[in-house]
Amino acid sequence: MDIIGKRYWFFGVSLLIIIPGLIALGLGGMKPGIDFTGGSLIEVQFDSGAAPEPQAVRQTVQAVVGEDVIVQSSGTSGALIKLKPIDEATQQDILASLSKEYGAVTVLQFESVGPAVGNEVAQRAAGAVALASVAIALYVTYAFRRVPNAFRFGVAAITSLVHDVLVLLGLEALLGLFLGWEADALFLTAVLTVIGFSVHDTIVVFDRIRENQTLHRRIPFETVVNHSIVQTLDRSINTTLTVLLTLFALALFGGGTTRHFIVILLIGMFSGTYSSVFNAAAILVVWENRDWQHWFRRRPAPSSPG
Amino acid sequence: MYGRMARWLLVILIVLALDLWINWPGTSFLQIGTWSRDVRIRQGLDLQGGLQVLLEADVADNVVVTNSDMQTVRTVIENRVNGLGVTEPIVQVSGTRRILVELPGFEKTEDAIALIKETGLLEFVDAGATRLVEGAKVMTDARAGNAPAQPTPSATAATEGLTPTAAPTPSETVYHTVMTGAALDTVGVGTDSLGSPSIDFKLTSEGSKVFAEYTSANIGTYLAIVLDGKVISSPVIKNAITDGQGQISGSFTIESANQLAVQLRYGALPVPLRVARTQTVGPSLGQDSLRRSMLAGAIGLGTVILFMLLYYRLPGFLADLALGLYALTSLSIYRLLPVTFTLPGIAGFILSVGMAVDANVLIFERLKEELRAGRPLQSAVEAGWSRAWPSIRDSNISTLITCSILIWFGGTFGASIVKGFAVTLAIGVLVSMFTAIIATRTLLHLVLDRIDFSKRHGWFGV
Repeated sequence: MDIIGKRYWFFGVSLLIIIPGLIALGLGGMKPGIDFTGGSLIEVQFDSGAAPEPQAVRQTVQAVVGEDVIVQSSGTSGALIKLKPIDEATQQDILASLSKEYGAVTVLQFESVGPAVGNEVAQRAAGAVALASVAIALYVTYAFRRVPNAFRFGVAAITSLVHDVLVLLGLEALLGLFLGWEADALFLTAVLTVIGFSVHDTIVVFDRIRENQTLHRRIPFETVVNHSIVQTLDRSINTTLTVLLTLFALALFGGGTTRHFIVILLIGMFSGTYSSVFNAAAILVVWENRDWQHWFRRRPAPSSPG
Repeated sequence: MYGRMARWLLVILIVLALDLWINWPGTSFLQIGTWSRDVRIRQGLDLQGGLQVLLEADVADNVVVTNSDMQTVRTVIENRVNGLGVTEPIVQVSGTRRILVELPGFEKTEDAIALIKETGLLEFVDAGATRLVEGAKVMTDARAGNAPAQPTPSATAATEGLTPTAAPTPSETVYHTVMTGAALDTVGVGTDSLGSPSIDFKLTSEGSKVFAEYTSANIGTYLAIVLDGKVISSPVIKNAITDGQGQISGSFTIESANQLAVQLRYGALPVPLRVARTQTVGPSLGQDSLRRSMLAGAIGLGTVILFMLLYYRLPGFLADLALGLYALTSLSIYRLLPVTFTLPGIAGFILSVGMAVDANVLIFERLKEELRAGRPLQSAVEAGWSRAWPSIRDSNISTLITCSILIWFGGTFGASIVKGFAVTLAIGVLVSMFTAIIATRTLLHLVLDRIDFSKRHGWFGV
């Protein structure tokens, strides 16, 4: 099986996913949730047992606060109301007019996050992602210190990690654009988890390269890498399969609130395995062969399809 | 070789026995001698609801409350609430002058309010020549100037009976506040020159200046210590305190000195607070979500078990046994630590099941490779473990790195859901190192020592 020889096809597939995502990101598709922007969330249950149309609830609430209000139905008899940060008095006013209109309501939850807190969270989040990436890159470089060009392994691991983050950010932006999904603290958790596991897979492939390099010193690097990928392919597929099976079960049967989180994890796990198998090690080969010397020539390099 | 395996077998049996003891149906409390532990599973606010209290700076609207003041208030309340023994309480600054306190699973509303009410404004009050009686209620200018003239209509119902500050009657003496608890740097318990317990305190540099000026000018007068408008101690200024270090001596017992020190330390709020609202949070997802997640977990686990059995045969079966041990051991740790279960936490656990299997997949794939290469069974088993180890180690360490960053991230802004997920995942990685590597290997050796599989490679999925 020749995976490395087709590396530019696999890079192409990645770009096919990432570029539309980046465009969606540029169009402002990523909608940060109230965890990051600040805002309020009221979840109410209508004691009558049947929730009115979200549209009607929205108008009632807007009559009180007079600003952008988003209402989603929650369960059969509840509604989730999202709006700017409000104080206790305003919340009481909203509840009063809701009960006047639709009968008694019970507050299931009320949350109001001020913009200052949201800002702090967003800053910390960016810090957390950066910190995780740097820490992992350093660890990979350390773990592969006995291999020639250990630094390349570290860089290739981060590249595949950045790949996965870009896939997730882009897809989240697309989902935000088309389905109105919001990126909350859990989205961030999913991204960080994927970062950890993406490296998991990458390390398994790299570890095999490390081993094969010492066993077969005379074989060209490209062949060693391809051989290593093929050798670890069963493991990569099986592990991903078990993780995806559990995640699928959660996504299908786990209920609404964590579904967004699980779907992002699912995509991320898949992307993580893909980038580890098809991209990470290929970057080592690109670097070793100095492929870029052939990129802009008319005749394609022997090992690349164009 | 055999001795090492026998030792591990013993360890595995002990772990299994402990797991069964901790997780035995109906067990809610463990006790050995003086050691005891509540091992019920804690459910987070999202699963079982809980109490939510919103606190508000009790100052006039035009008084600016700085962000750093609110951060201090948050820390103080966090310390207070931690004393309740509630697992994973959330204390979060909400907006510019509010603190949100969430107590998952806490039902004693009155207790929580009493505790938070107590967490109040500490003042050093100029009492002149009068010795204020301990426990007496006094009005000070720091409070009188800031008390809102009229409570807001919406707050009236909710705060009834909770607001400790009644409007001052005209005849009441208003004492001068020299400084508030914000000026305190550290507080501890010591002994005075006569050997009886005393309170030793150190002031911040600004506090020191104010205190130096005031004490030099007022030797011999009483300087009452007032917490939430109530006198808690009434010491005399014996000499000028210019270095910011002071001692409160009086008729303290060790206990009362400790208590006062705690009040000084934790009551040192830079702004007065009032309970604006208390609310019991209904489960946003509720028991239904819990049931669904459990079902999803069972289906996921079942599928993985089946997959391992069909694909890897004998070692797969042993890995499944190890997986059972893994699930039980993780559950024991959640109960012992304890870890509060939230929905993402459950997701973290279920995800870590998949990861626990990963170590076995790595080993077994390697084992199959070695068998195909013609190695004899015993040495193929050895090679499977020793060669898969570096990648298991390196990949698990990188996951642990991510987990620790998530725990830090979740902890700093009170997102207990993020923290819960990362904690369960980290525990999963650590436990799986034991069950997937050591337990599976020991079980496999146990079987191979008794039954000759050397001619039956089909049992290994080759």
